[in-house]
Amino acid sequence: MPDDEIIKVNYSGAVNAALRRVLAEVPQTLLYGEDVAKPGGVHGVTKGLWKEFGERVFDTPISESAILGSAVGAAMMGRRPIVEIMWADFFLVALDQMINQAANVRYVSGGRLTAPLVVRTQQGNSPGACAQHSQNLEALFLHVPGLRVAMPSTPQDAYDTMVSAVYCDDPVVVFDNRTLYFGEKQEIVTGRPPAPVGGSLRRRSGSAATVVTWGAITHRVLTAADRLAERGVRVTVIELPWLNPFDGDAVIDSVSRTDGRLAVVHEANVTAGFGAEVVARVAEAGVLRGRPVRIGVPDSRIPASPELAAALIPDVDRITMEVGRLAGE
Amino acid sequence: MREDLLADLRAMWRIRAFEEKAQALCDSGEIRGSVHLCIGQEAGPVGACDALEGSDALFATYRGHGWAIARGAPLRPLMAELLGRATGVNGGRGGSAYLSAPEHGFHGENSIVGAGAPIAVGAALAGRYDGTHRVAMTVFGDGAMNQGSVHEAMNFAAAARLPVLFLCENNRWSELTPIRETVHNETLTDRPAALGMPAVRIDGNNPAVVRETVSDLVEAAREGGGPAFVELSTQRLVGHYVGDPQLYRTREELAADREREPIAVAVRRLAEAGVDEGEIEEARSSAFAEVERAVQDALADPPASRGSVREHIYA
Ligand SMILES: Cc1ncc(C[n+]2csc(CCOP(=O)(O)OP(=O)(O)O)c2C)c(N)n1
Repeated sequence: MPDDEIIKVNYSGAVNAALRRVLAEVPQTLLYGEDVAKPGGVHGVTKGLWKEFGERVFDTPISESAILGSAVGAAMMGRRPIVEIMWADFFLVALDQMINQAANVRYVSGGRLTAPLVVRTQQGNSPGACAQHSQNLEALFLHVPGLRVAMPSTPQDAYDTMVSAVYCDDPVVVFDNRTLYFGEKQEIVTGRPPAPVGGSLRRRSGSAATVVTWGAITHRVLTAADRLAERGVRVTVIELPWLNPFDGDAVIDSVSRTDGRLAVVHEANVTAGFGAEVVARVAEAGVLRGRPVRIGVPDSRIPASPELAAALIPDVDRITMEVGRLAGE
Repeated sequence: MREDLLADLRAMWRIRAFEEKAQALCDSGEIRGSVHLCIGQEAGPVGACDALEGSDALFATYRGHGWAIARGAPLRPLMAELLGRATGVNGGRGGSAYLSAPEHGFHGENSIVGAGAPIAVGAALAGRYDGTHRVAMTVFGDGAMNQGSVHEAMNFAAAARLPVLFLCENNRWSELTPIRETVHNETLTDRPAALGMPAVRIDGNNPAVVRETVSDLVEAAREGGGPAFVELSTQRLVGHYVGDPQLYRTREELAADREREPIAVAVRRLAEAGVDEGEIEEARSSAFAEVERAVQDALADPPASRGSVREHIYA
C-alpha cells in the first residue's frame, strides 16, 4: 500500500487515481464497460489504466445487462469488478441485474454468497444534455436494501469513496455528477487505509438551521451558506457523500442543535426523493420544530433547452432565499 | 436514372447542409449540448423513407436529423428545435436528440441505444388492431445490435409476424470503439436470419439500392410476410458527437471513407453520366440556400419561454 501522499488533481483525476490505486493494490479487481479501456472513457476518467493494467481493463459491447450481470457473477466468484454505466440513465435498461440480482445475493444465500461489485456512473444535468441524459436517479437505488450508494462532490471524496467502495463487501453504486469532472485541481491525500463506507461531512457550522445536501449541488449550497453568513445568518451544512449507509444520527443531532430547523437540497425531483426520507427520519426523532424545507427540481422531466432546464434546477439565489427564510431572515 | 440520381443528390445535400449548419451553430455556441450528426450517412434516410407511406411509423436514434428531414419534416421547426426555440418541433424540450414530427410519420428519435426497436414492434402491433396495417421502421447502429432490447424486439416481431423493418446503419463505430472489438461474428445479418426473417447487407451509400431493397421488404411485410432486417454499410465522416476529437480514428481510414461517402459517389456518377458541372453545382447551391433560409428564420424565432417548462408532463 502506498504511503500518504499529496497529489494535485481535479475530480476526474481523483477518480482515476483511486482506480489506479485499487487496480494496483487489489489483484482481484477488473475494470470494464463501454469505451473505458482504449478510449479511456467518454469523459476521460479511466485514461491510461488499460495501458497500465492490460487485460484487467477492457471495453465491452453496448450491453448493460451483460455488463452488470457479468459483474455479479464475477464478484460471486471472488473477483472485484468495477464496471462503468456510462450515464446513470442507461442503468434503467439493466435494473434487473442490480435490483433483483446483485442486491439479493447475500440475503437469499444466508450470507454464504456475496456480490461485492462497484458500479461507477455519472448523472445530473449539464447544459443541453437531453432528457434521457439528465436524470438524478439516486432515490431509485436508495429504495433497495442491499445496495450501498455514494455521491461524492469533491476530488478528495471522489477518491476516498471509490477506494472504500472497492474494499466494501456489498454491491456499491458510486454516482458522480459530470459537471464536476473538469473542475479545478485540488490537493488530495492518497494512500490512506480505506475507510469503512458511510459517514457525513460537516461543511459549515452555524446554529440558524441545518441544511442537508449531497452531490454536485453541494457547491451551490455552500455558496448560499457563505452568502447568508455574510448577512450574519450561519447555518450548518451537512453533506452526505454516502446516502446508504445514511448518517441519520449526525443529521438528527445537528437539527436538534439548530432549533429544529431543517432544509434538504438535492438535484433530483422532490416527490419521493431522498430529501423526503431525511425529513421523515428527523421528524420521527422528534427534533423537528416548524416546517422543514425541501428544495429540488419541481417534479419535471428535463428539457433539452439549457435556458428551460436552468429554470428547474435550484440555483444559488433560490437556495439562499429559501434557507434564509427558514432561518428566520 | 440521371434525373433520379440528381433528385437523390439534392435530397442528400439538404441533409448535409442542415448538418453542416448545425455543426457551425454548435461551434458558435448557439446550439448547446449534445448533438450527433449523420454526415456521411445521408443515403440511408433518403432511400429508405421513400419506401414508407404517410401512415407508416419511423423510429430513429439520436443521430436522426437526416431521418426527420427525409420523412418530410420542414427544416425551420427542426432547426428551431436544435436552437431551443418556442417554434421548434417540440418547443425546445426535445432538442437534437428527441426530434419528433408525428404528423410526418416521424415518431421520434431516442437516446437510449436500442430502445426504439421494441417501440416499433408496438407500433406495428397497434396497426394490426386498428386496421391500418402500418409498417413500422426502426433505425439503429451496429453497436445497438448488442442490446437485449434489439434481440427481444426482433424475436417478438418474427414470432408475431409483424410488419417491422429493422434497419441497422453500420458505420463500424460505437462511439469510440470499433464494432470488430465488440462482436466475434461481424456478419450481423446472421442474427436476424436465425430468428426467422429475411436479412440482407447492402451498400448503404447508394440511395437507389437502399430504396429498392427496402421497398421490396416493406411491401412483403405489408402483405403479411413479417419483419425484415437490412444492414446498411456506411460511414460517418464526423465524430460520434459534435466536439469528439476522433483520436481513435486514422487519417487513412477517414480518407477512404471520404472516397466512398454517398455524396462524393453520386457526384462522380453524375459526372460520368455526362451531367454538366453547372447543373450539379446548381443542385448543391439551391439545397444549401434553402437550408440557410430556414436557419435564418429559425434564428429569428423567440426562445422557448421559461414559464412553459412544466407543460406537457401530464395530460
Ligand atoms: C443503453 C445505452 N447505453 C449506452 C449509451 C451510450 N451511447 C450512446 S451512442 C453509443 C454508441 C452507439 O453506437 P451505434 O449503435 O453503432 O450507433 P451510431 O452512434 O454509430 O449511429 C453509446 C454507447 C446509450 N445512449 N444508451
